[in-house]
Amino acid sequence: MTISEIKDQIKASSARVVVEKVIAKAREKAEYHALLNLTEERALQRADDVDAGKITGKLAGVPFVVKDNFLAFGAPTTAASKMLENFDAPLQATAVEKLEAEGAICIGKSNLDAFAHGGSTENSAFGPTKNAYDTTRVSGGSSGGSAVVTALDIVPFALGSDTGGSIRQPASFNGVVGVKPTYGMISRYGVVAMASSTDVIGSFTTNVADAELVSSIMAGRDDRDMTTLPDFFQIQNDVKLGQKIGLIKDFMTDGVDADVRARVNEYVEGLKAKGHIIEEVSLPMAEYALAIYYIIVPAELSSNLARYDGIRYGHRAEGIKTLAELYGRTRDQGFVTENKRRIMIGSYVLSSGYFDAYYLQAQKVRTLLINEFNELFSKYDVLIGPVAPTPAFKLGENTADPIKMYLGDIMTVPTSLAGLPAISVPAGRSESGLPIGVQLMGPSQSDARLLALARSMEVK
Amino acid sequence: MTQITRDDVLHLAQLSSLELNDSEINELQTDISNILGYVQQLSKLDTTGVEPTYQVTGLKNVWRDDKVIDYGISREELLKRAPESRDNQVKVPKVL
Repeated sequence: MTISEIKDQIKASSARVVVEKVIAKAREKAEYHALLNLTEERALQRADDVDAGKITGKLAGVPFVVKDNFLAFGAPTTAASKMLENFDAPLQATAVEKLEAEGAICIGKSNLDAFAHGGSTENSAFGPTKNAYDTTRVSGGSSGGSAVVTALDIVPFALGSDTGGSIRQPASFNGVVGVKPTYGMISRYGVVAMASSTDVIGSFTTNVADAELVSSIMAGRDDRDMTTLPDFFQIQNDVKLGQKIGLIKDFMTDGVDADVRARVNEYVEGLKAKGHIIEEVSLPMAEYALAIYYIIVPAELSSNLARYDGIRYGHRAEGIKTLAELYGRTRDQGFVTENKRRIMIGSYVLSSGYFDAYYLQAQKVRTLLINEFNELFSKYDVLIGPVAPTPAFKLGENTADPIKMYLGDIMTVPTSLAGLPAISVPAGRSESGLPIGVQLMGPSQSDARLLALARSMEVK
Repeated sequence: MTQITRDDVLHLAQLSSLELNDSEINELQTDISNILGYVQQLSKLDTTGVEPTYQVTGLKNVWRDDKVIDYGISREELLKRAPESRDNQVKVPKVL
């Protein structure tokens, strides 16, 4: 379902009829557990306001879903955690406000790994989301719910956050378009912070043009997020011809699923057929990206999650006597094991005695990785590779071994560490019918050009 | 290989303000050892003279006017979200 199709439906009936239908479909698909809460009452009120002409805009009446780490009215903002299970947001994320200003209607909040820590939604405190194509498999994550509601055609678009692949990997696993913009392109104000130096927010859509529209609405500086850049996102109607594209060979080794490699190679052939120039390139530091990521990200999130202390909002443990007990027990009850694992790793790599060896060294190696990207982008317009080493894996397959789970992020974390735009676009299916995505990566602020290239490659 | 002892786990839990139960302590001891063992591969890289990257925007000193901005959220609205409050203040257990 595309945004323009749903706008036609609204024109032919009404926003209320469309929103009611969407909510009924969300209920019908409850077995996937993609949504944690519906924002039905507020959504219907807004639909009536659209029908009455009180709300107008480019997305008037168009329903969407936000990952439940976005503050939004109409339902709690849980971050899929016990900590925030009943947290009623006092304000809305800037991205949600901007979409609402164009008339869009949020109909629900989607499932994620608790506090966005994970790659399968299996770390949700409320149970995993199932893959849109095979309910015995994971949706991917951490924005699994948003990917699945888009893939199931419940809504034409959904928002997610991507710290190390959390939009791109579930987009790949569910056959939809997932956009991780340049760091700083879209305000993160009102989104539960994870790792502040790599967190970005972006969209899931069924086609590239819708991603361009949604990105153009959300992009731009926000006084409430000091890391935002002045708006540079301008939709490019024409695709640049004869682009030089580097295929990252480090991501195409024998260890990568054969179907994944085959779909990427076919996409590359398609690019060649359109007159683009493809060369194999190497990104040797990619081998270390995961180690860098699993030092820096736990360090940053251990600081960001210090705010969940049971004092001002969220869960507070009962029957405690001292302040130390209140902190300790509240956080024990409010966090899932993966949250604790990451917080403790963060505490370790930041402790005196280990800081230089782990945290500082990781930030230096991060510079080496960024240097390699800069070098490649001085010669190439775009880099291409898989999104993940495999299609969606089985529920429970990787839960016993955190490192095995982390290894699934190996192709998405490099651009996160460098703050570069990267998108996941559908590239076909595996032999067993599972969706596979291809990843297009560009230099900083090349988002519009990347999307235009992806649009030119879509099968109509 | 980094060996993390049970005492190390308890110390990290304390630094992180986390009370853990016994089964979690055992599980985390194994996991944290394995994860630190994995990320330790960075130590073999020569980074002499390389500057660390803490952020990627290149933005520096983003200023705003020193003015109070009203976001339309009242004290009552925020206090309502505290687990316990009294006399317009957040209530916590005795500290001293």
